[in-house]
Amino acid sequence: MAVLGAAAISAIALNRGESISALWFIAAAACVYAIAYRFYAAWIAATVLTIDETRATPAERLNNGRDFIPTNKWVVFGHHFAAIAGPGPLVGPTLAAQFGYLPGTLWILIGAVLGGAVQDMVTLFFSTRRNARSLGQMARDEIGPIGGAAALIGTFLIMIILIAVLGLVVVNAMKHSPWATSTVAATIPIAMIVGFYMRVFRPGRVLEATLLGVILLLLAVVGGGWIDHSESLRGLFDHEGLTLAWVIIAYGFAAAVMPVWLLLAPRDYLSTFVKLGTVTLLAVAIIILQPHIHMPAVTQFVDGTGPIFGGKLFPFVFISIACGAISGFHALIASGTTPKLLTSERDIRMIGYGAMLLEGFVAIMAMIAATVLEPGVFFAINSPAGVVGKEAVDAIAKINSWGFAVTVEQMNQLAKDMGESSLFARTGGAPSLAVGMASIFGHAFGKGMLALWYHFAIMFEAIFILTTLDAGTRVGRFMLQDMLGNIWPKIGKTSWMPSVVFTSGLVVAGWGYFLYIGVIDPNGGVNILWPLFGIANQMLAAIALCVATGILVKSGKLKYAWITGLPLTWLVIVTSTAAWQKIFSEDVRVGFFAAANDLSAKLAAGMLPPEKAAVAPHLIFNQQLDAYLTMFFVAVLWVVILDMLRVTLRYLAGKPLLPLTETAYVAVKI
Amino acid sequence: MLNKLKMVWKNIRRLSGDDAYEQYLQHYLQHQAEHVVLENAEPPLSREAFFKEWQDKKWKGIKRCC
Repeated sequence: MAVLGAAAISAIALNRGESISALWFIAAAACVYAIAYRFYAAWIAATVLTIDETRATPAERLNNGRDFIPTNKWVVFGHHFAAIAGPGPLVGPTLAAQFGYLPGTLWILIGAVLGGAVQDMVTLFFSTRRNARSLGQMARDEIGPIGGAAALIGTFLIMIILIAVLGLVVVNAMKHSPWATSTVAATIPIAMIVGFYMRVFRPGRVLEATLLGVILLLLAVVGGGWIDHSESLRGLFDHEGLTLAWVIIAYGFAAAVMPVWLLLAPRDYLSTFVKLGTVTLLAVAIIILQPHIHMPAVTQFVDGTGPIFGGKLFPFVFISIACGAISGFHALIASGTTPKLLTSERDIRMIGYGAMLLEGFVAIMAMIAATVLEPGVFFAINSPAGVVGKEAVDAIAKINSWGFAVTVEQMNQLAKDMGESSLFARTGGAPSLAVGMASIFGHAFGKGMLALWYHFAIMFEAIFILTTLDAGTRVGRFMLQDMLGNIWPKIGKTSWMPSVVFTSGLVVAGWGYFLYIGVIDPNGGVNILWPLFGIANQMLAAIALCVATGILVKSGKLKYAWITGLPLTWLVIVTSTAAWQKIFSEDVRVGFFAAANDLSAKLAAGMLPPEKAAVAPHLIFNQQLDAYLTMFFVAVLWVVILDMLRVTLRYLAGKPLLPLTETAYVAVKI
Repeated sequence: MLNKLKMVWKNIRRLSGDDAYEQYLQHYLQHQAEHVVLENAEPPLSREAFFKEWQDKKWKGIKRCC
């Protein structure tokens, strides 16, 4: 195993100038992950955490037949994986592929093994030992009130940025694409039909309803093609990005106010099944087909001039791939939700560590799907018009000047094959991933249906992006109601309709603003929003690792505290450097203030064309806002770190600390 | 073989929440004795009522990630 793994990695790392098979990526990931799981994870479980199989879990002790239920470990694994794996591991690697396939792949392998999976497992363990408490509660109980507040505010802000960027990804996939737009639109009534089915018509018959929904979704993909070919109907679904952004904003508000059973819950079932099915299908297709990687190992864009987002390889590859390597958001699932189902502490390694490794696999597959494309095609799809120019000829000339071969005819033919009018400047990662998936599926299962596969892939991404959008808005609303409830108790009542409308409106306005700016920004918005999301998500991961490190120290395990301290240190270096550069860099494609000043100077000198001058004040304000937001993220991060270090120093000095809140030992009975 | 398939089906049902009501009923019956002692011997919820409560509860916190 070790030999095969080493061979696979060296094949990936040493192959230069010729294309290599995607199978090496799968082999490298399988070997690295298997070895890490067998040895590192087992060692952490046995020696560092000292997992105790004879100790009853909260699911057993507090079993109420509803949320605390001892559950088969494969079922818990399924729940946990479905909860942690969203669109993040698909989008991040696609964007990071601009640096070449090597940096992102290595970070997904190493980051997951030493960082993400450790964070998830350790958080799951500590929460299990504390009656399934949430990360925020553990931070407050173990470190102090500052840590708790930081985790809460951090989560809220990530949610806002995440929803905005995901909304932008969907908008870019749907703009001027009647097929994609009508298919995505159809998912809404389909979800409602499924919702009615399992709420009213056949209560609780989840599987029947889901089966019905999946069949309807597949019909919607086919039906979208039919609408696209119909001259009279296609006009109804052919829209500008800005119009679609407003529609998504209105939809987000409606979805947050509507009862969950009608839209959110049923769509979540559909998205989970479609997601698991598609990821499995993609893995099978890659193994059967063994496509070749066309992207170079490392591109010239490591110097920071990349078209998709500006910034050097370090730190930005570690920021753009958050989910798939390490994601702070997982700590929220691993605390609070999953521990309520654990039958035995023995399962913690498989669920905490194992599910994260599986997400790493998903990220590797996204990387493969992005890099099997010809690099010229990849950059034509993903480069915003503000960088390569609006006209196809200009864009092609620019991409050719970077040394990547692609022609206008090639792009037109590709668009035609995929059933689209144009694939230029479809930023955000979803369309290029869909093209990559369609070409892999097309080769593996017959070439005639490329357009169907493409729109199936778009539907697959859109359906769980929209689920994240609904669920995120709702969670943001609950958090806001909770926070504002401290000031005015009535607003904290989650069922009081005026409060629901008011707080939902605030949350939607928050992400709607960033989505709006992202759409009107000629540079595509993704280049601003994705790094911001990455910084925020890594900040949350750092908070989770701080809490875990603090608990390890307090439990007298200082000599093992490096298992969380090491990834923590790395994240702090990465996020602080990235934030520093985003704030202070002179490069207008990296620094927020530099970009704002550059734009103000151009505006004042009258150098901007009128349509750009009209939106320039918004863009300038937004760049400044983003800079302050980044400062805030770093400040929060450092406050928590200093708080954790304070706890550590007090421990070393033998001074009193907040007591450990671990629950007392109760022997297993089941 | 048949037993294995049955196991898989059982787990799919468990995973999707298809059998949540059956689980609840089973739990209720097992703990019926305690309910009587506590003098709040409520009858078990109907399938419909249980599913409503279960679904609303499921979406109160952070359930989906990025």
